Amino acid sequence: MTISLSGQKVAKQIAERFPEVVSEVTDQAVVVKSESIFKVAEYLKNSQDFKCDYLNYIAAVDYYDYFELVYQLTSREHNHSLVLKTRCYDRDKSIVPSVVSLWRGADFQEREIYDLMGIAFEGHPNLKRIVLWEGFSGHPLRKDYL
Amino acid sequence: MTLKTEPFMLNIGPVHPSTHGVFRLRTTLDGEVIIDIEPIFGYLHRGVEKLAEERTYTGFIPLTDRLDYLASMSNNLGYVIAVEKLARIKVPERAEYLRVIIAELQGIASHLIAVGAFLNDCGAFFTPFLYMFREREKIVDLFEMVSGQRLLYNYMRIGGFAQDVPDEFLPALDKFVRQMPGFIDEYDRFLAENEILLARAKGVGILTREMAIDICASGPVLRASGVKWDIRKVDPYSVYDRFEFDIPIGSVDDCYDRYRVRVEEMRQSLRIIKQAMEQIPPGEIRAKVPHLVRPPVGEAYAHTEAPKGELGFYLVSDNSIAPYRCHIRAPSLMNLTALRDMMIGWKVQDAIIIFGSIDITMGEVDR
Repeated sequence: MTISLSGQKVAKQIAERFPEVVSEVTDQAVVVKSESIFKVAEYLKNSQDFKCDYLNYIAAVDYYDYFELVYQLTSREHNHSLVLKTRCYDRDKSIVPSVVSLWRGADFQEREIYDLMGIAFEGHPNLKRIVLWEGFSGHPLRKDYL
Repeated sequence: MTLKTEPFMLNIGPVHPSTHGVFRLRTTLDGEVIIDIEPIFGYLHRGVEKLAEERTYTGFIPLTDRLDYLASMSNNLGYVIAVEKLARIKVPERAEYLRVIIAELQGIASHLIAVGAFLNDCGAFFTPFLYMFREREKIVDLFEMVSGQRLLYNYMRIGGFAQDVPDEFLPALDKFVRQMPGFIDEYDRFLAENEILLARAKGVGILTREMAIDICASGPVLRASGVKWDIRKVDPYSVYDRFEFDIPIGSVDDCYDRYRVRVEEMRQSLRIIKQAMEQIPPGEIRAKVPHLVRPPVGEAYAHTEAPKGELGFYLVSDNSIAPYRCHIRAPSLMNLTALRDMMIGWKVQDAIIIFGSIDITMGEVDR
């Protein structure tokens, strides 16, 4: 059975390494500041305690006040998984660092989020629309898109 | 005298028999050798994730059928498990066993098409494909018996099933389970040592273990690269922890390994079905679930081992009758990430095989 690591446990170890990046902690997830998502993800991937070498998915949710990005990471060696989240509050200029250089599986997923939710990923090698065509206006998965 | 050469652009698809749907591949060729490709998706994009936000939890089940339309039951299962996790619904024992049987049958049906279509791409035009269809037909008949449908079943419900299986289902299933190993042996006899298949598929389209993990591949593609990772084993859902089965893995990471892993997985699926048939208890088929499910505020991610890989649903609930957000982790999309690396340096006809060996359904890639 894959063990789901509690947000508190993960947050404690992240906070030891990077103070002041964790903005909120719940039972299931850790929310970190969007500008530090890359270094936290890199730490979770490479540290011996976590070794999260597999990215299950990236999802984006529109909560009107902010966008939330959800990353679920799994370690095959320890057979545990954890949920990392980040938020961006600027609806017009939402930019988050890309994690493609850590997990290439993020490539199409970040493009899809850019396409449908309108969040740009800084450092993505080929950031363009994936399912809709170039020139399409708007981002359909946003809650204010009608 | 030297001839001046320049790269040549070839557009494959979106409407082409070897693209398995409406997939478009823009290739740059040097003679016959591929030097660059760009996959282009979106021809089957229907905005399923957005549609989910306007439907009730139960009302979304028919749309999950249309994701990977060759494995509708597996999609139903992935979705209802996610809703049950979100709403904390306990499923009756009989339904759990039946789900395992149905999902494994669907796995066999999907792998039959994957292998048949792969051989089609290899140039064994439609003969093996029709052999595979002969057996798939039997599975489709079984599904028609339980759900009345032959492709898009819409059979599972939150908390169990729409209705119990008819009395003649288990004897018919028993007959199928006794026949099927013979058919798989037949494929092996014709294909496993087939010279043409070996020549075309061995050593072609190598996806290394490291890269398979890096691109978050899953399912037979990941296992053919030598990674022993099956969600039914590492994170069992339903009642999978009660069955004995092996995880076949590949060693050379090529197209042939992906073919072998699929054939071997069919045998393992039959093993699981046999055990489930022996253990299936009588009783309720559906938990007492209100007509309109209103899960408490929160979120849940549930993943299942669908024939193509890890199929996951990430659901966010705001305590209304419709999901606030429904994100689908589509295995077909992720498995395509390394397509460029796998194809570069190979000829066009090899590229078709490499693409076929990944086994994708466009309904799931574009959603």
